Order: sequence, then structure tokens, then C-alpha cells
Amino acid sequence: MTQEHLANIKLGEPEETLSMNPKKFMLWLAIVSITMMFAGWTSGYLVRKAEGRWHEFEMPQIFWYSTIILFVSSISMIFAVRAAKKNKFNTLKTAISITFVFGLVFLITQVIGFSDLIENQLYFAGSDVAASWIYVLVGLHGLHVFSGLVVLLVSLVSSFKFTAESKNLTRIQLCATYWHFLDILWLYLFFFLYFNR
Amino acid sequence: MATATLNATDAHTHEHEHEHHELGFVQKYIFSEDHKTIAKQYLISGIIWAFFGGAMSIIFRLQLGFPDMDLTWLKPVLGQWIVDGKLEKEFYLALVTMHGTIMVFFVLTAGLSGTFSNFLIPLQIGARDMASGFINMLSYWFFFLASIIMFASLFTETGPASGGWVIYPPLSALPQAMPGSGLGMTLWLTSMTFFIVSQLMGGINYICTVINLRTRGMSFTKLPLTIWAFFFTAILGLLSFPVLLSAALLLIFDRSFGTSFYLSEIYIGGEALPNVGGSAILYQHLFWFLGHPEVYIVLLPALGITSEIIATNSRKPIFGYRAMIGSMMGITMLAFIVWAHHMFVTGMNPFLGSVFMFLTLIIAVPSAVKAFNYITTLWKGNIIFTPAMLFSIGLVSLFISGGLTGIILGNAALDINLHDTYFVVAHFHLVMGAASFFGLMAGVYHWFPKMFGKMMNKNMGYAHFWATFIGVYCVFFPMHYVGLAGFPRRYYSFTALGNGRMEAFIDMNMFISIAAILTFTAQVIFVINFVYSIFKGKTAPQNPWNSTTLEWTTPVEPVHGNWPGEIPAVYRWAYDYSKPGSAVDFIPQNVPYSATPESNLPEENDEIAHEKDIEDLLDIQNSSYSH
Repeated sequence: MTQEHLANIKLGEPEETLSMNPKKFMLWLAIVSITMMFAGWTSGYLVRKAEGRWHEFEMPQIFWYSTIILFVSSISMIFAVRAAKKNKFNTLKTAISITFVFGLVFLITQVIGFSDLIENQLYFAGSDVAASWIYVLVGLHGLHVFSGLVVLLVSLVSSFKFTAESKNLTRIQLCATYWHFLDILWLYLFFFLYFNR
Repeated sequence: MATATLNATDAHTHEHEHEHHELGFVQKYIFSEDHKTIAKQYLISGIIWAFFGGAMSIIFRLQLGFPDMDLTWLKPVLGQWIVDGKLEKEFYLALVTMHGTIMVFFVLTAGLSGTFSNFLIPLQIGARDMASGFINMLSYWFFFLASIIMFASLFTETGPASGGWVIYPPLSALPQAMPGSGLGMTLWLTSMTFFIVSQLMGGINYICTVINLRTRGMSFTKLPLTIWAFFFTAILGLLSFPVLLSAALLLIFDRSFGTSFYLSEIYIGGEALPNVGGSAILYQHLFWFLGHPEVYIVLLPALGITSEIIATNSRKPIFGYRAMIGSMMGITMLAFIVWAHHMFVTGMNPFLGSVFMFLTLIIAVPSAVKAFNYITTLWKGNIIFTPAMLFSIGLVSLFISGGLTGIILGNAALDINLHDTYFVVAHFHLVMGAASFFGLMAGVYHWFPKMFGKMMNKNMGYAHFWATFIGVYCVFFPMHYVGLAGFPRRYYSFTALGNGRMEAFIDMNMFISIAAILTFTAQVIFVINFVYSIFKGKTAPQNPWNSTTLEWTTPVEPVHGNWPGEIPAVYRWAYDYSKPGSAVDFIPQNVPYSATPESNLPEENDEIAHEKDIEDLLDIQNSSYSH
């Protein structure tokens, strides 16, 4: 093995790529494309803001809580993966359920955030572009969280079925990568909106 | 026996592999997960789309060249779009828009990179199939769905989208702005959304396959340049198409949900619209962030195909292999930071304009490196003029003559004068449209024997090439003059312009139109050759062009999984043509250095010691298919 490894280094042959799981790699590429989408929106936001006539207002307070909620769900996802690796099914079930429930609560807090905006007469449609942008950024992130919840649900169901195949572990790892990405994406959007009101 | 070996190596890996030979028609030819079938699906869809896109250009060329012509004879096809023997003005705009959309996205993106990335990546890197055959299949069928929707939009009562292929708001954002901005525009956006999803799924697969599924010994520096080109193309698509999706989504919100991202202070029919605060220029920024890389998404695969064909048919190693990779990498990176040169006349800060001008002109450097390398590869080669080779040389010619005007247009001061004239039309049709089309044709002629196991008729290929090559120059070269004279693009008629000065160009417009009709008609030669050869062509030998790359080591018609036995290992680069000392004029990539002591260079003799290590990777390679 070490000999092979050395040989590969000499040949400039990346050995680990030959054995890397293509699904994980593809997920990373998908994450790149989602990142580019949000990069497009946030830079559009900045370009528009630089043009002036911009309505500055406070973000709904509840977005602070939703940030913490999603962060916690991401942490429990870490524990879920660890448990899955050690075949600790009870811990896995608890951790993955916590992640799922917190993810659901996150979506609910985002909706409450929207209703707070509406109470302050900040609507999606209409001529207040600054408000429209918040709905777009938060709403489309929420849409991705929804897709993450669907994937999470599949892992949740399969982890309750006590099947200890490696395929299952891969699924949970894929799920975790996506979920952490959604958490980091939200942190980015939250601080982006906080500093670029 | 051969099949048995394949199943033995793969039995535990592809659970469904053994069922393959009993696959029904639907799974084999329609919902196929085999990259070769998907490539053919893309190719045939692309050819069909090219016919429609080309036919549209002929109709609007009739209007431009012969404005007084009676077009009643087109009524059976166009119906109510012909009024009193004249083309409806709105439909002219729709034709221009759909011609652009179809050619850029459906023919030269899906038809070119969809066909050859799918076909060549697994075959040339030595993989059994794409990283995910299922996602690959989905990619085609999302493209198919996008095609159906775009095609359906041609038959709506208000006509298809008509605001130009760039669909700038407010024209595209307000359904009441023009007939095509109604249902046609909605269908355009829906179709393009599916198209983007299709391209992303395809691109993810291409990148993943190139990185993960190379055969043993196939290091990045041994990859054929085709694969490098497809790899960069996929990266460009992966990074830029999502931004187009972002832009399109905001446009959808403006159209259907009452937001004002792109709309501000607009009057329609004297009535002020409620939308305030948006920025139409923002759309242009987002659009061209895709739009410019899109040019290279279209062109790079053609350049990669050309590198391969020119080296093979010059019987010489490609000149400057690493410089070719470096210049493609340079083009890929520069593609993302030059988008605003499409927007010099939007009133942007002149300083910003000069930055984008500077970056734009830098692209001339890698482009020139590529052009020089093609010419130096041809220099003193034993050139074999196959139809594919002629189309490749044609590409180099078009790339240079179209690229030169790019230097002119890249200058902000000159572009202000030439923006949106026929000069621009001539420039991008030569450098991107025709050049990429020539790459597509070269690829079809060159890899047809591998795709269908048959040879295409050579003489028909020559006729097709000369008619197309002369035709393309006759169509687009005069357009430079028309553009310099100030003719704006996308205009329905010039009769009312410039106090009769424009009449001087009536003859030239007529000439362009006749040339366009002849060039379009000449494509029939290709279609006949293509269809006839699939069924009745001569059976191809295993390696008809004496090429070094791996796809020619597969059986004449590759089986599912591409190689019946083990995948061959790779020991050398793809360009060992006419190597001094060697008895044969080409040495395939899978021939080890130990077998060719007479032609090895000193450093290649050192490589012999590592050949065993490459062979030892076989187990790892087989296990990589067990995921």
C-alpha cells in the first residue's frame, strides 16, 4: 500500500480520487452551483444598493433566533454522523430527529419573520426593492432548507429501520454535508443582510 | 467470451449490468443511461434544432435581402404571420430571438458539448461510463423537456419570445410591452430553467467523471486536449449557469409577482406603471455574467475537438500541449471578468469601462497562443485532408478572422460606435457561431465511425465543407461593411433610414441573403450523408484515422461498459505521432514505453520503471466501480 502510494506520488497520480465516492463529489459540485446562485443574488443586491434610493430598515428580531436554531440543528447533525459511524443507533435516531425538528422549527421562524415584515408594511411585491430582496434571499434559502428536510426525512426513516449498511452511512454523510452547507449559507445571508441593510 | 469477462469484473459492482443484454427498446434507446446513447440523442436533437434555427434565419434574411418580395408562398408554414404577402414585424423580432436562443443554447451548447462531452469523456479517459448514468439520463430528458416547451412557444397565438435572445427587461419583464412578451416569454423562461438544470446535471457529471474515473496511468498531463476542453467547459457552465438562473428568477418575480427588481419609472401607452426602484442594468450584469462565459462554453469544446483532429491528421504531436492547456485555463478564468464589455453603452463609469476593456483585450493572448499552436502543428505535417480535418482548419481560419474584430470591439471607444450593428453580428457569428459549428461538424465527421460503426461518404463531406466554408465567409464578411455603415442589428427594415443612403447596401444585403440560402441548402448534403451512412455506410475499421487515443481501442461498436475486458492502462500522452525512431507513425496511449525502446527519449526510458506501479493500480480501479 505504501509502495503504491509512493509510486502514485512519483507519477503525479492522485490515488484517493480513484477511490473517492462520486456521489459525494457530485454533491460538492452541486453546492458550488448553489453558491454561485446566491453569489449572483447577493452581488445583485449590492449593485442595486449602490445605485441609491434604498430603504433602510431593521431585520426582524426573530432571525437571530432562527440563526441559533439552524446552528443547533447543524451541531446535532455532527453527532448523528458520528453515531452512524460507530453504529450507535439510539444516538443516531435522537440526533437526527433533533436536526429534523430544529430544521422544521427554523422554517416556521422564517415564516414568522416574513409576517413581522408584513406587519411593518414591508411587502414582497411593490416598489420597495430593499424589502423584496430580503424576501428573495430568505425565501430561496428556505426553499433549499425544505429540500434539505426532504433528504433528511429519508435518512431519518432509514435510520429508524435499523439497517446498518454502508450505503446508509453514505446517505447520512451526504445529508450532513448538505445540511451544514445550508447552515453556513444562512449564516452568510444573515450577516450579509445585517451588515448591508 | 468477451462479455463474460466484463461481467466477471463488474458483476459485484453494477448490480444491473447482467440484465443489460435483455434491455428492451425503451431502456436501450430512449431512457438509456449509456453515455454513448445519450450522446447520440444530444447529437440528433442538436441537428434537428439546427435545422429549425437555420430555417428561421433564412426567413428573416429573405426579409432583409428582398424587402419587397411576396412571401405568400410561406403562408402554409407561417400562417397568420404573413399578412398581405409580408412578414409580420413582430414575428420578425420573434424569429431573430428564437434563432439566437436555439443556436446558442440548443445547438451549440447542448448539441456540441452535450454530444461530445458525453461521448468522448468516458471513452478517452478510459471509464466504463459517466459517474452517474442516471443523472446523465435525467440531464438529457430535462433538455428534451426544455426543447418541447421552447418548440411549443413557436405555436402560441402571440408568438414566441421576441425581445432578443438576451431578453433584456423592461421589454421582457412587461407582458404588455410586445406580443412576444406574453405567453411566449413565460414559456421561454420555463424552458430555459429546465435547460439550466439539464446543463448543471450534465456539467456536474463531466467534472466528476474526469476527476474520479480516469483509467490507471491517465494523469492529468496525459489527458487528450479534448478532455481538457470539456473539463473547462463544464467548469464554466457550473459557475455561470446558476447566475443566469438567479437573473431569470428575479425576472419571473417581476413578471408574475409584482416586484420591481428590474423595473423603474416606465410609461406604457401614456400610463405610468407602479414599479419604482428597480434597475434594468442589474439584469444585464447578471445576464452577461453567464452570457460571456457562455461564449466559451460554446467555443472551447470546438477548440478541443480541433486540437485532436489537427494533431491526428497532421501526423504530428500537438504543438505546445501545456501551452494549450494553459491558454484554455486562461480563457476560462478571463471569461468571468470581462462581462461588462457587452455593456459599454449602458452609461457605465468610463474608468470601469477601461478596466473591462483591458481585461477583454488580454483574452487575445491565450487565443493567439491557441491559433499559433494550431498553425505550428500543421506546419510541415503530413497533412491528410479528411472532411474532419478540413472543418478543423476551417475553424482555425474563422477563429482568426472573427477574433481580429473582437480586438476592435473590445475597445470601449470603438464599441460605442459599433455596438449593436451588423459589425457585432459578423464578429460573433464568425468567431463563435460558425467556428463552433465547424468544430461540431469536424467532430461528427471524425467520430462518426466510433458512434455508429460506419464510415461517412468522403466526397459528400468535401462538397459539404467547401460549400459551407465559402458560404459562411460570403454571408458574414460583407456584414462587417454593413455594420461599419451603421446598420443596427435586429431591425425589420432599413427603407426609412438615412435619406436613401442605406440603399447603397441593398445589393450587399441581397448577396448576403442569397449566400445564406445556398449555405443552408448545402447542409442537406450533410444530413443525407449522415442518415445514409448510419444505415448503409461502409463498415468502419477499428481505428480509421490511425489515432492514439483510447476510444479507438474499443470494439468497432463499443459495448455497454465500453471495453469487453479490462480497461486499458495509459502510459504516454495522446500525441505520439511520427515519433523519430518508431517504425509506425503513431503509438497509441496504451502502449508501454518498454515496448518501444527504439523511439523512447531518455526521460521516457526512466518511466519504464514505473509501469509496474501503473499496472498495480488495477485493483483500485476495479474497486472504484463498486460504489
